[in-house]
Amino acid sequence: MSEVPALECRALKKSYADGRVVLSGLDFTLNAGEYIAIMGESGVGKSTLLNMIAGLDTPDSGSVLIDGAIMSQLTDDEATRLRRQKLGFIFQAFHVLPHLTLMQNISLPLLLNGESPARATQMLKAVGLDGRGSDFPRQLSGGELQRVAIARALVHRPTLVMADEPTGNLDPATAQGILKLLRDEIKANGASAIMVTHSMAAASTADRILILTSDGLHPLAPRTEHIAASLHAE
Amino acid sequence: MLSSLHTQLMKWLVFGEWRAHPVRAMAAIAAIALGVALGFAIDLINGAALNEFSAAAKSLTGQSDLQVRGTQSLFDESVYPLLAEHQGVSLANPVLEIDATVPGQRSALKVLGIDVFQAMELAPDLIGVPQIDHPFDTLSDDAIFLSPAAQEWLAVKPGDQLRLQSGTDVVSLRVAGGIVRARPGQRIAVMDIATAQWRFGRLGKLSRIDLKLDSGISRDAFRRSLSKEFASESTNESTNEFTNKFNERLLITESADQEARSANMSRAYRVNLNVLALVALFTGAFLIFSTQALSVLRRRSQFALLRVIGMTRSLLLRQILLEGGVLGALGSLIGLAAGYAMAALALRFFGGDLGGGYFPGIRPSVQFDLTSAAVFFLLGTGIALLGSLAPALEAARAQPGPALKSGSEDVAMTRFSSPWPAMICLALGGVLTQLPPVFELPVFGYLAVALLLIGGIGLMPRCSAVVFTFLLNFLQSRAALLRKNQVLLLVLARLANTPNQASIALGGVLSSFSLMVAMAIMVSSFRVSVDDWLAQILSANLYVRTASNGETAAMNPAQQKMISTLAGIKRAEFLRTIPLTLDITRPPVIMIARTIDAADPGRTLPLTEDVIDATKIAVETMPVWVSEAMLDLYGYRVGQRVNLPVGTGVHPFTVAGVWRDYARQSGSIQIRLSDYQRLTADLTVTDAALFFNPDISTVSIIKQVRSLPFGNTVEFADPGEIRAISLKIFDRSFAVTYLLEIVAMMIGLFGVAATFSAQTLARTKEFGMLRHVGVTRTQILQILGAEGSLLTGLGIMVGFLLGWIISLVLIFIVNPQSFHWSMQMHIPWLMLASVAVLLLLSSAATAVLSGARAVAGDSVRAVREDW
Repeated sequence: MSEVPALECRALKKSYADGRVVLSGLDFTLNAGEYIAIMGESGVGKSTLLNMIAGLDTPDSGSVLIDGAIMSQLTDDEATRLRRQKLGFIFQAFHVLPHLTLMQNISLPLLLNGESPARATQMLKAVGLDGRGSDFPRQLSGGELQRVAIARALVHRPTLVMADEPTGNLDPATAQGILKLLRDEIKANGASAIMVTHSMAAASTADRILILTSDGLHPLAPRTEHIAASLHAE
Repeated sequence: MLSSLHTQLMKWLVFGEWRAHPVRAMAAIAAIALGVALGFAIDLINGAALNEFSAAAKSLTGQSDLQVRGTQSLFDESVYPLLAEHQGVSLANPVLEIDATVPGQRSALKVLGIDVFQAMELAPDLIGVPQIDHPFDTLSDDAIFLSPAAQEWLAVKPGDQLRLQSGTDVVSLRVAGGIVRARPGQRIAVMDIATAQWRFGRLGKLSRIDLKLDSGISRDAFRRSLSKEFASESTNESTNEFTNKFNERLLITESADQEARSANMSRAYRVNLNVLALVALFTGAFLIFSTQALSVLRRRSQFALLRVIGMTRSLLLRQILLEGGVLGALGSLIGLAAGYAMAALALRFFGGDLGGGYFPGIRPSVQFDLTSAAVFFLLGTGIALLGSLAPALEAARAQPGPALKSGSEDVAMTRFSSPWPAMICLALGGVLTQLPPVFELPVFGYLAVALLLIGGIGLMPRCSAVVFTFLLNFLQSRAALLRKNQVLLLVLARLANTPNQASIALGGVLSSFSLMVAMAIMVSSFRVSVDDWLAQILSANLYVRTASNGETAAMNPAQQKMISTLAGIKRAEFLRTIPLTLDITRPPVIMIARTIDAADPGRTLPLTEDVIDATKIAVETMPVWVSEAMLDLYGYRVGQRVNLPVGTGVHPFTVAGVWRDYARQSGSIQIRLSDYQRLTADLTVTDAALFFNPDISTVSIIKQVRSLPFGNTVEFADPGEIRAISLKIFDRSFAVTYLLEIVAMMIGLFGVAATFSAQTLARTKEFGMLRHVGVTRTQILQILGAEGSLLTGLGIMVGFLLGWIISLVLIFIVNPQSFHWSMQMHIPWLMLASVAVLLLLSSAATAVLSGARAVAGDSVRAVREDW
C-alpha cells in the first residue's frame, strides 16, 4: 500500500478579481517528511497558493488534498480544525501576539487543540529561549521572535508546516541560524514543509526547490536557473 | 461547552488585552458603571418613595376591606347608618380626613377625625395615646394627637397649643399626645370625629367610611353589588335610599386602588427620569462600541492569526463578545453597588422627592430590590454585549489571509457604512411617532427617539465621507490655498478616505450631544410656554389667598365684599377650588370655580384653539372648560355633554373649550363661579384676584386688606412673585434632568478621549513615517487637533439636526402623552452655542493630548514596530 502524500494539489486554477490569472491548472505533490522551497517573482501567486493550501482561500477549480482530505469540500469550521491539528504557520512578520508571554504564545495551538501546554516548555528550550517563557514579545529581537514563531508552528506536531518568507525581516547571519533551526525542528518533528521565499540561500536549505511561474511549478533546472539566479541576486 | 483549556486560552487573551490597555478597559467599565448606577439609584429612590407613600396612604385605612368615598372630598354622613347596617358589613368606621391649613407653613397637616370605638378594631394604629392623667382625651373636644414627625415638624409637644386655620378663623387645639403607630416621617394628626366636624366647619360631613366585611363574604362580589346599588342599577327596594340620596356620588375603593392612584400620579415623571438615566447607559454603549471596534481593528491581524492557527469563527466571536460582556458585567456590578450607595445617600439627605414634588412628607429608606438589580445588571451587560457585537461579527467574518496584512482597517469597517440600516431605523422611528401611548406612557415615543438616534449615528460614516471628500476636493482645486494648508490636506485626506474609523469616535458624543440638544430645546420650550402661560393667567395686580396650604381656609361672602369694596379696587374676581374624584384609580381632578364670561372665555383662560362658540352650548347644560389632560385621561371632547357631581347632585355640562394647564397633570375643570354657587350653595372662596385703579400701589392695598378683621389670616402674592416662585419650582423639578444630561455628556467626552487615544496609538507607525518624511511634531499635533475639531464640528452639526428632530418628538409626542399638555417650541440658541463651543474645545484638546504621547516616542522605532 502506497503512503498518502502530505499534500496534493490537482489542477488548481485561480484568478484575481480583476481577471488576472495566477494559477492555471497547477499539479503538485508533497510527500510525507519532505521539505520544499517555492520561489517565484513577486505577484506570481506564491502567497495565494499557500492560502489555498491552508483553506484560507478557495481555488476557482481543482482541489487541494491534505492527508487525503479535500480542502474545498470542508466547511469553514472543518478547515479551521484541520489547520489547527495538521498545519503549522511561520510568517515574515512573525505575528506573535504582543500581550501574551512567550509561553502563552507557543501554547496557543495546544490549547486550541485541547492539549496540555506542557510541550511548550520543551519547544521553548528547543528554539534556544529556555527560561524566557514569561517574557513578552516586546523584549525580544526579530530573530528571537521568529524562533518563537517556529516553536509555535511545531509545538502541536503538525504534519505540514508552511513558512512564508520566514527570514524576510532578518539580517543574513540571524537568517542562517533561523533556517538551520527551522530545518532541524521540521525534521526532528517528522513534519513536511513548504517554504515560500525570494532568497536562494534560504531555499537551498530545503530538500528540493520549485519555481512558481505562470504556467506552474517547475523543479529548479537549467531552464529556470536564470530565474533562481536573478532572485538570488535580489 | 468550552473545555477548560479553551477557557484558559480565553482568559489569557482577555487579560492580555486589558493588561496592555488598562485605562481603556477601565474607561469602558466606568461608563457602564455610571449608567447603571444612575439608573439603579433613580429606580431605588422612586421605588422607595412610592412604596413609602403607598404604605403611608394604606396605613390611614387600617385593616378595612373596602372604603366608601365621595366623588367630592366630602359627603353626607347620613350614608353611614345605611352602610353600618348593610347586610354583609361587620363594621363601618366613619372618617373625616382634612388637609388642615397650618398658618406660617408651606404644607398642610393631615388631620383624621375618627370614631375611636370603631377605629380601635379597624385601625388601632391610628388611636391617640393620651397622657396618663387625661385618659379621656381621645373623646375631648379640644384635643389633637400628633405623630412624632408632625410634632417634630410643628415643634410642639403634649400640652402645647396647636393653631390650625378654618375659614379665616384660627382653631386652637391642645396637643394631647402621640398616636399608637405612625410611619417614619409621616405627618398626621388624629382627633375625635365629632370635634373635627365641629371645629373645622364640617358638621354632618365625612370623607370616607372604612368597611370590614363579615367573614365568608367575597370582597369582590360585595363591591360589585354595592357599586350597582350606588349606580341605581338595582331594583331592590333596600337600595332606593342610596339611589335617592347619593346617586352617582359615592365610590367604593380598596387598598389596591390607593396604590394605583399613588402610582398613576407620579408614573410619567418616574418613567421619564428612568429613561433619562438610561441615556447615560445608552451613551456608555457607544463608548463600549467605539472602544471595542477600535480594539478589534487594531488587533485585526492578531485575530486573523488566531483564525489561521485554528480558532474557529464561533470561538473568535465568543472571545470578543466575552471581552465586552465581562466589561459590562464588571461595570454593572460596580454600578449596582454605587447606585445603591447613591440612593441611600440621596434618600438620607434629600428625601424621596427628586424634584417632581410628588412625594411630600415621607421619609423612605432604601431597600435593595433584587428584581431591579437583575434588570439593571442585564441592561448594563446586554448593552456592553450589544456594543461589542458589530466589531465581533466583523472580526469573525474577516478573511484571515487578507486580514493578516496591515492597511485593511478601514475596509473592515465598510460594513458599518452602508446607509440602509440607518435609513430603516430613521423611517421606523418616524412611523413609531404616530402610534398611541401604551398604558398612558409614550413607549413608542421613546423607541422612536432611540431609533432616530441610532439611525442618525449610523449615517455618520456616509455623512463624513461626503462632507470631507467635498472639502478635500475644494482644497485641491485651489492651488494657492493648497500651498498654505498642507496640514489641512493631510487631515482632510485621512478623514475623507477613512470615514468609518473617524465616525466611530463620534458615536458617544453624537448621542449625548443630540440628546442634550433635544432635552435643552424641550425644557426651554416648556419653560417659555409656562412663562407665557403664567403671564396670561396672572393678569391681576395682586392675589389674595386664604392659605397656601390645606383645604380648610376660605373667605365667606361678607369678607369677599369687604375686599371688593376697598378703596382703589377696580375689580375683584374670586375663585374656589374643589377636588373631584371621577376615577378611583386616579388622583382627583381639580374643579376651579371662577368668574368666566362664557361669550369670551379666552379673556380669562389660556385656551387652546379647541373651543366652541357659546351659542352652541345646549341651554339645559352649563359650560365647562377642561384642561388638555381631561381629553387624554377621561376622553372628554369639545362639544361633548358630561355629567359631573357638583354639590348635592350630578348635573349636565357641556365641554365648551380646552385650556392649557401646566399646574395639574391629573386634569382640571373650570366652571363659572355663579354656576358652582347655585349648585352647591357654597359661597366661600379660596382666592381673590384684585385689579387696581390706576396709580394705586400694591403696598396700599395690602395695608388695607391687613386692616380688615380677617386680614392677618390671608396671604398675598403679586404676579411677579408667583411667576418667580413657579419658575423656581420648574427649574428645581428639572435639576435632576440637567444632572443626568451632564453625566451623559461627560461619558460622551470620555468616549472621545478613549477613541482618539486608541486611534492615535494605533497610528504610531503612521506618525513615525510622517516624522521620517519631514513632518514636525508640532504639525502632527496640528493634524490631530484639526482632525478632532473637524470631526467634532461635523458631529455638532449633525447632533444639532438630530437633536432638533428628537426635540420635536419630545415636545409633540412624549410630553403630551406623559403629562398631557402641549407647548410651543423655543430653541435656546445661546445655551446650545455655548455647549457646542465647549464641546469643540474639549474634543480638540483631547485629541491633541492623546497625540502628544504618540509623537513623544522614537520615530525610528515607531516605523519598525510590527505589532
